[in-house]
Amino acid sequence: MSSRDGILASIRANRPQVERPLPHVPLFDDDPPVSLLSAFKDNLHRMGGVFLDLPASGDILAPVRAKIADAKIVCSIVPEIAGNRDIAGVGAPPDLSDVDFAIVRASFAVAETGSVLLGDTDLRVNAVAYLAQHLIVLLDPADIVVNLHHAYQRAEFRSGRYACFHTGPSATADIEGVLIHGAQGVRSLSVLPIARAAVNPTL
Amino acid sequence: MRIGLFIPCYIDAFFPEVGVATLELLERFGHEVVYPRDQTCCGQPMANSGFNADCAATEALFVRNFSGFDYVVAPSGSCVHHVRDNFDAIKQTPEVKEVRARTFELVEFLHDILRVDAFPWARFPHRVGLHNSCGTLRRLKHALPSELHEPFFSKPVDLLSKVAGIEFVKPARPDECCGFGGTFSVFEEVVSTKMGYDKVSDHARAGAEYIVSADSSCLMHQQGCAERIGVSMKFIHIAQILNGASA
Amino acid sequence: MSTPPAMLHPELRAEVDPDAIIRDGRRLDHAEGTSRPLRVRSEPQPRGAKARGNRPIDQQEAAARFIAAPEHEKMHDERLWDLRQKRDREMHGIPEWEKLRSLASAIKEHTLAHLDEYLDQFEDKAKSNGIHVHWACDAAEHNRIVHGILRDHGAKSLIKSKSMLTEECGFRHYMASMGIEVVETDLGERIQQLDNEDPSHVVVPAVHKLRTDVAQVFSHTIGTDPGNSDVHYLAEAQRQATRPLILKADAGMTGANFVVAETGTFVVCTNEGNADLSANVPKLHIASIGIEKIIPRLEHLAVFVRLLSRSALGSPVTQYTSHFRGPRAGGEMHVVLVDNGRSERLGLEEFWTSLKCIRCGACMNTCPVYRRSGGLSYGATYSGPIGLIIDPTFNARKYSNLPFASSLNGSCSNVCPVKINIHEQIYAWRRVLVEKHEVPFAKKTAMKAAGVLLSQPAAYRAAIAAADRALAHLPRFVIYNGLNAWGKHREVPHSPKQTFHNWYHANRGAKR
Repeated sequence: MSSRDGILASIRANRPQVERPLPHVPLFDDDPPVSLLSAFKDNLHRMGGVFLDLPASGDILAPVRAKIADAKIVCSIVPEIAGNRDIAGVGAPPDLSDVDFAIVRASFAVAETGSVLLGDTDLRVNAVAYLAQHLIVLLDPADIVVNLHHAYQRAEFRSGRYACFHTGPSATADIEGVLIHGAQGVRSLSVLPIARAAVNPTL
Repeated sequence: MRIGLFIPCYIDAFFPEVGVATLELLERFGHEVVYPRDQTCCGQPMANSGFNADCAATEALFVRNFSGFDYVVAPSGSCVHHVRDNFDAIKQTPEVKEVRARTFELVEFLHDILRVDAFPWARFPHRVGLHNSCGTLRRLKHALPSELHEPFFSKPVDLLSKVAGIEFVKPARPDECCGFGGTFSVFEEVVSTKMGYDKVSDHARAGAEYIVSADSSCLMHQQGCAERIGVSMKFIHIAQILNGASA
Repeated sequence: MSTPPAMLHPELRAEVDPDAIIRDGRRLDHAEGTSRPLRVRSEPQPRGAKARGNRPIDQQEAAARFIAAPEHEKMHDERLWDLRQKRDREMHGIPEWEKLRSLASAIKEHTLAHLDEYLDQFEDKAKSNGIHVHWACDAAEHNRIVHGILRDHGAKSLIKSKSMLTEECGFRHYMASMGIEVVETDLGERIQQLDNEDPSHVVVPAVHKLRTDVAQVFSHTIGTDPGNSDVHYLAEAQRQATRPLILKADAGMTGANFVVAETGTFVVCTNEGNADLSANVPKLHIASIGIEKIIPRLEHLAVFVRLLSRSALGSPVTQYTSHFRGPRAGGEMHVVLVDNGRSERLGLEEFWTSLKCIRCGACMNTCPVYRRSGGLSYGATYSGPIGLIIDPTFNARKYSNLPFASSLNGSCSNVCPVKINIHEQIYAWRRVLVEKHEVPFAKKTAMKAAGVLLSQPAAYRAAIAAADRALAHLPRFVIYNGLNAWGKHREVPHSPKQTFHNWYHANRGAKR
């Protein structure tokens, strides 16, 4: 008998003979926050992320340009901003080990937790979001859902091979509870609120 | 009402004043209170350590002593929890089930059954730290434990608030276990006593002159700890305050 | 700003906080960060329980040594109590908290009652998504299967994220014996790996260590300055030392927090993103998963993700919540489903619900015994309250003392997000172990004697009278000696002038 068959047989022999119906899970959205964007921003901040507010000048991309001004290697996977490392030319993930900034667009975000969802279609090479020193995420405010119950109704979880909620930067407090950013992954995560298919001049 | 008074073994041996206060308090409300002479113990020390079979004779004696009363009342949450919720070393005859269902701890009896709304004879002008034993808190549901997200309630606070002059002070960890835990206090005494030291120090730092509880077992352990490390603290059972003790 | 809650050890609160990350005037405390800065003095690290073959672990002895290291004990206690308080704050922000717990418990119990069907469904889906699915009956088979996969790919080095299941299987030791280099990427796990010590907590593996302990470990292994215990310095040094190992690793391994049968997805939650590095940098990704991790559908996942990090750390979600459904282009993904006693535990009427556990560690954080003993005092992969109820299924003899290392206070059951009745199962295990004769002879004899004495009123009265007289008259050195466990660290009760029984006889005797 294969191990598979042995394990399944053991489960069938030992299963508790109890009535345990599967419960209905509500969406828990009776009392949503007034502004999903505000709630998302607050939670993002709590979790160590940075929200790049629209500057007075009205130039949406100015905060990003300021951030990447001194960077050596910028890998941009969005049309709005040009980088100097082409993701299409990446042979294997270690080729991304020198990337300072990665710029990606989130599929959607969750107000409840301050999370952005980055899937394999957003990242092209998944490892870019973890090997880069810093991550900049473009987010369309219309793509914010109220909570995780709504989030898990989205198609991204049924179509993609990989999808990850990023909530702030890589962090740990394993040593005496002292909070560290950039434990193994990105040292910072910044979110730029910019609608999809916005026609913007690139650099 | 005809009430059977159960005085647990350690109260009988070390804290008779708690038994006296309980008896007098119940009599103040006009009830007949009887103390069956042949009572000993509820069996909890053995059951607590997994020796359920060894409880049987003790549990049978308990039922023989307390059969036929309207209520059985004890000034001890852990004992009452054992009788109501665990008492299964003996055959569960209708008589056994009756006795188990009618056994109440003093605070819940005063609060839920007698619904006492005043203690005009009681006055306790001191700063008091309330200690709810884990048995009364989480098993008998004397009050809301801090882990749960439910509306706040506290039967001991309801009763003690009716005592003139009393002032509550709150420690940093109001419902952390004090470390008595029954036989835990003896078989795992290093951790038990460390928990006790922490508990009395916490109350002392909050400014309590007295620690009051519905469980003398916890108080016995805390007093032993306080005396050993030199923390100045007095200990009193809730029955004594409600019965009019002033110090 | 409200006043911060009082502390049991207020002297630990640091006056200055040079380590803090401040944003918009607010000190950040997400992930496992403490709510307040804590500082203690340096002292040697107390080590865990002494394992002597299959003899019962003496948890008390190790706990005593932990308590005798006051700086470690206080820091450990305050840090974990802080996680418990952070959890409470999250709970108060979610009106449906108790409803979520009930849902989580119901979903898990249903799934466990139909475990074979859901595992079947998951395997089907996973395979159709291109994942290789293996089944391991026990720890040894798990290790062999993983080694086989590595060997087939010529892999000699492996990076991995945290997995209690791999600890359970003794995975690192096995791989070392087969010449495979394994690098832990979770900071706490890496510290423990470099120190040759087991993790002490399911979520914060090095919570028992002070920064000075870590400085010592790193100075011997990754070349840091032994005199520098600045936490940012140590963490950065570890990042720099580990990054090259990540980049050149032949394979990556993760565990899984949840498995969704409906879509063939497995989910890994980390704060560091190290599971994502382990899975997405090397071509080969192997996931070791306990069969009890499965849940039916995506909609159920929402309930668990909302509860996990809030219960574990008091943070609304982990920094990374990764969903794996299939290998990436050019890559390969393997899942090893592991039984190792779980299907057997399913058949234990009083204990099967322990399989609901989502390994959040909330029970450890709230347990007053665990916080003062340290996780290593239990001498087992799983420590704290959950450990007390599952370790005896792995080895009843070796872990026969553990269910007694509890005051049965019940706080664990109240914080458990899946409502395992932990304290009741601890109580039930005591009965089982007594019936299996896994208790010391002295205790058995004492309990038998007590059972007899307490059922005989006359004999009982005589014993009480003798004890009271003894306490009143014997000298201190007789009462307080090695044989009197009560009196080792606390005073015995004062003996009264008369028992209640005698008072009643003297004052109310006539009325009867």
